[in-house]
Amino acid sequence: MPNAEWKWKRPNEKFFDGAGEPFYFTPSRTLIVRGKLASFFRSEKQWLRRAPLPRTYTDYLGRKLFTVLLTAQGIGAFALITLAVIVRKFNVASAVIHPMTRREIVRAGVRLLPMYLFVAVALGFLAIGQTVAVAARLGAFDYIGTVMVTVIVRELGPLVSAVLALARVGTANVIELGTGRALGSVEALEAAGIDPIHYLVVPKVIGMTLGVFSLTVYLIITALASGYLFVFLQNAPLTPTKYFAELAISLGWQDFVLLAVKSCAFGFFIGIVTCYHGLAQPLRLEDVSRVTVRATTECIFVCVLIDALFFVLYLRA
Amino acid sequence: MNETPVTGETSAMPIEMRGVAVGAGEEPDFIVLNDVNWSVAAGEFWVIGAPHHSGKSDLLMTTAGLMPPVGGSYKFYGKKTRIFDESRLADRLRMGIVFEQSQLFHYLTVGESIALPLQYHQNLKEDEAMAAIDDLLHATDLKPLADALPSNLPQNWQKRAGLARALALRPDILLADNPLGALDSRHSRWWRRFLDELSRGHKWLNEKPLTIVATTDDFRPWRGSRLKFALLKEKNFVPLGSWNDLLSSDEPLVKELLTAPVLAVEEEES
Repeated sequence: MPNAEWKWKRPNEKFFDGAGEPFYFTPSRTLIVRGKLASFFRSEKQWLRRAPLPRTYTDYLGRKLFTVLLTAQGIGAFALITLAVIVRKFNVASAVIHPMTRREIVRAGVRLLPMYLFVAVALGFLAIGQTVAVAARLGAFDYIGTVMVTVIVRELGPLVSAVLALARVGTANVIELGTGRALGSVEALEAAGIDPIHYLVVPKVIGMTLGVFSLTVYLIITALASGYLFVFLQNAPLTPTKYFAELAISLGWQDFVLLAVKSCAFGFFIGIVTCYHGLAQPLRLEDVSRVTVRATTECIFVCVLIDALFFVLYLRA
Repeated sequence: MNETPVTGETSAMPIEMRGVAVGAGEEPDFIVLNDVNWSVAAGEFWVIGAPHHSGKSDLLMTTAGLMPPVGGSYKFYGKKTRIFDESRLADRLRMGIVFEQSQLFHYLTVGESIALPLQYHQNLKEDEAMAAIDDLLHATDLKPLADALPSNLPQNWQKRAGLARALALRPDILLADNPLGALDSRHSRWWRRFLDELSRGHKWLNEKPLTIVATTDDFRPWRGSRLKFALLKEKNFVPLGSWNDLLSSDEPLVKELLTAPVLAVEEEES
């Protein structure tokens, strides 16, 4: 068993046992292993994460802060590299990359339509149901359009679309890329002179960005339409003309622009974060499930941050 | 700075290492081989022997430009090399690599995997690339398996598909990481015969002799007068010479790699 004080040694620091045989410390397994097997050590960040629990809360918070900053730095760098590859290599190997991109758009967009139809109808019913109930009590049917635009167009529509795409496609991206990474496919691509970012990441990121944008538009239109269906079924005093006129009045040009930018940002960052976790770090097969959970959590965190940023923009608009 | 042209490409050795230190794949700062002095001339067929975890794969990955040498000088066709980045793509494509575990793309069929490098670098459509590799599929007997996914194939055939993928771009050098490991005797024989054909000049390569470097943990299947042998021992690269030099070597590790494990145990018991 490793000596407790060794736990604070740096990775790959050499120790000697009683017989003068060298040992190497691998923090990822908290084991002492010999010679080359010490190479199971991976990255500084992982070492930082897995270091023993510090004694004070300030140390703990400090470590968490460093981890968050390192992750943000990694994801930021990965996003910039991916953008550069998209721009520089848009027409490189187009016979391979363009069909793959189309397949990813189908995978992250078209194939999710039935699920989005169900969610959009449910969302319209729920949102309008609550609104109609409150409006009936207050006699404020004039505000239904404003409420629907604020709730569905600005907030719930993009966020729900992003979370559903993350659950259905983003997690699959991490597993697919992580498994390939663990099985050595990335080395095989590099050996064949194929840029893994170009071949593996670019189609997924473009597919996810366009997929989330299209699905958000689809979800919003369906939710607004199904919302009126609910009003009609409730015999509320609201004609279709009035309902859609209220919606039209409540929608400004900023809503269209910000909706497009926001949903694309959700899709882009879900693509980036999932690909980053699946591809950018050395993985073993047993790490794939852990990394998938981590990527999902970080995607939700990033989406909420983007949402908060757009909330500020909506307030200023 | 990754490259410094040193000499004219035509006269330069394909592989030339002087005092190269090789790091471990997953932890490059940990040195597995020190002071490697090794030159490979065009058309040579080298077999590097060592037990597992001696640095064979790391040496090949460094030679392939996938991993930078920790120290020393590595020249590829006379150009100083650390890793093959994008500016050295043309050089990288002169080298084909066969991985020990095949490392095929699990989501592509065998045919698609083999065609992918050709399709990517020559911007071919899928059917054009498949037509272009037809001769290679026939030469490696993989034609009937072209539509199979790697997970449905035995390891013997996966490895052969890995070889075909490495040959798809008609490289000048082939690096094969333990190609005969975990193969049955029929496939081992096929590999030896096929590598010999490649080394002498195969039709797929327009009869041009291929420079080959293979690693092994068992020298016995590699008997052959044209081959050159080397050994990795205690972090050192030891050139051994020809098959006859190998047989006359007093080095215990060479004897170990020339002896079937069961026979070795029987000898020890007697």
